[in-house]
Amino acid sequence: MSEIASDIALARTEGAIRRPAFLPAPASVAAAAAWIGLSALVALPPDLGDFGFTRELAIGFAGLGALVLAAGFLRPGEAGPVRRIQGWSPWLIVLAGLLGLWEVATAKRGWLPMPFFPPPQSIVEVFVEDYARLADSVWHSLRLLAGGYALGALAGFTLGVAIGWSRGVGYWVHPVLRFVGPLPATAWLPLAFFVFPSSGAASTFLVALATGFPVTVLTWSGIAGVNKAYYDVARTLGAREDFLILKVAIPAALPHVFVGLFMGLGSSFAVLVVAEMLGVKAGLGWYLQWAQGWAAYANMYAALAVMALACSGLITLLFRVRDRLLSWQKGLVQW
Amino acid sequence: MVAGLTAPSQTPASAVPAPIPAGNPAPASGAALSLRDVRHAFALKKAPLPVLDGVSFDVEPGAFVALLGPSGCGKSTLLRLVAGLEPPNEGRISVDGAPLRGPHPSRGLVFQDPTLYPWRSVIGNVAVGPEARGRLRAERGRVEEALALVGLSGFADAFPHQLSGGMAQRVALARALVNAPPLLLLDEPLGKLDSLTRLTMQAELVRLWQDKGFTALLVTHDVEEALMLAQRILVFSDRPARIRADIPCDRPYPRHREDPGVVADRRAILDLLGTA
Repeated sequence: MSEIASDIALARTEGAIRRPAFLPAPASVAAAAAWIGLSALVALPPDLGDFGFTRELAIGFAGLGALVLAAGFLRPGEAGPVRRIQGWSPWLIVLAGLLGLWEVATAKRGWLPMPFFPPPQSIVEVFVEDYARLADSVWHSLRLLAGGYALGALAGFTLGVAIGWSRGVGYWVHPVLRFVGPLPATAWLPLAFFVFPSSGAASTFLVALATGFPVTVLTWSGIAGVNKAYYDVARTLGAREDFLILKVAIPAALPHVFVGLFMGLGSSFAVLVVAEMLGVKAGLGWYLQWAQGWAAYANMYAALAVMALACSGLITLLFRVRDRLLSWQKGLVQW
Repeated sequence: MVAGLTAPSQTPASAVPAPIPAGNPAPASGAALSLRDVRHAFALKKAPLPVLDGVSFDVEPGAFVALLGPSGCGKSTLLRLVAGLEPPNEGRISVDGAPLRGPHPSRGLVFQDPTLYPWRSVIGNVAVGPEARGRLRAERGRVEEALALVGLSGFADAFPHQLSGGMAQRVALARALVNAPPLLLLDEPLGKLDSLTRLTMQAELVRLWQDKGFTALLVTHDVEEALMLAQRILVFSDRPARIRADIPCDRPYPRHREDPGVVADRRAILDLLGTA
């Protein structure tokens, strides 16, 4: 459905329907030209210093340009994912321009102070030479995040349902939540590191705490906001309390729960990085700290890039899960 | 009403509803209902707001009774009490001689809003009754039967937001009927439909009632609707509600809006309600 829509949009924006056969989309040609020009900019003028991987970077950019051009020849219905590059042409042009500016400002002209602002080829060097340590850091971060997030989400969801459903639980938990909940999870850090047996356990707890609060509050408000008539209908049809909770209240509250899960994921990233910088001696947060300590700024930028990719990847994954579970909502709300 | 109109225009071609048999209901599988001096008040902050003021009536098994009155007079509250969703402050409600103890699948309820579960497909909504009673496996056939009964077999996998108002209300009707309730409580079920769909659905309600033989209690503020559907009309006063008139209405079905008797009754009832 969405693929068809994007095909139609592509056809409209680029006149693909009227384009004669064997001619590439004009926007793709422009984007390819930008990337091949960028490649020349990297390869031809001499570098100020002795940077490795200048040649490899130029080859990589040229290869990208060739791929963009090739994608420009595809028509609707052909190799969908590759052809979608056509739609990204304006972005690709801007991106090539920014990379070119970076290259000139560092490697070619040296407008930016050197150790702090390495050229693009130095970042490539980091990925090639330090990939093992980077991959290990990603693995450690993901493991810590997964454990803490799962724990926090599960606890928050259960607690939220309990508060929303039972007056008694609400009476006891609500004031605690009101008082302690808004405290940023990082404030617990010093305490957590001496209360818990290991820094790993302490960090898992902190990530769980950061996730748990928004999930609890939003699950609770979701359950509290369920249309009371839904319960009346179910009760006249013979439903008992377990059915009302599991088959009426929870599905009805699920859109709210997902808002909580998104907020929780965001704050869990923040806590994860801080915990890794201060306590755990592994993970991307630690890598950042370590790179900065050694004045290895290229490594720092590389780690930042990886972190951005990982975080946005996880958010995208959560969106996918939501779209699947809440597909019934599509006709009701603007996505 | 013209006989041809009784086949609902919205029904997909796959499921043509059975024609309305002439005359009155065939099988009497309906429940008897009895209310004795029922009083009820809403607990508001300042003072309790009385809504029902000593309501007593009996309904014989299989009858179609309309509760007619100005909006906000407490008819809907009465229906909630009969459904068992709330206990009355005072008085007795009994079904087939047994006093009410909470809601029960033998008393189906249809609201003015379809109140379908938006996360369930049409068939999933109709299946709620059997599922809630843990009998989904055994009663799968009844779910499909109920959906066919309202002519929506072709929409089993659709979601509520894809349905028109009339279709959604049919699904709600099927959901209430899947439990084969001896007593069906209808709280202005056609109140929010457009006038054409409304006519179709009125005919359909009569058909279902004649077909299944349940006792029907219809809350409405539409005098004509009451006259077209019910065998007996209870007219309520303003809040707090009490019964002002008990009007028998035993014309054969299908009835005609322009029937001189219907026209005369309508005028009489409107006079009674003080709106003519």
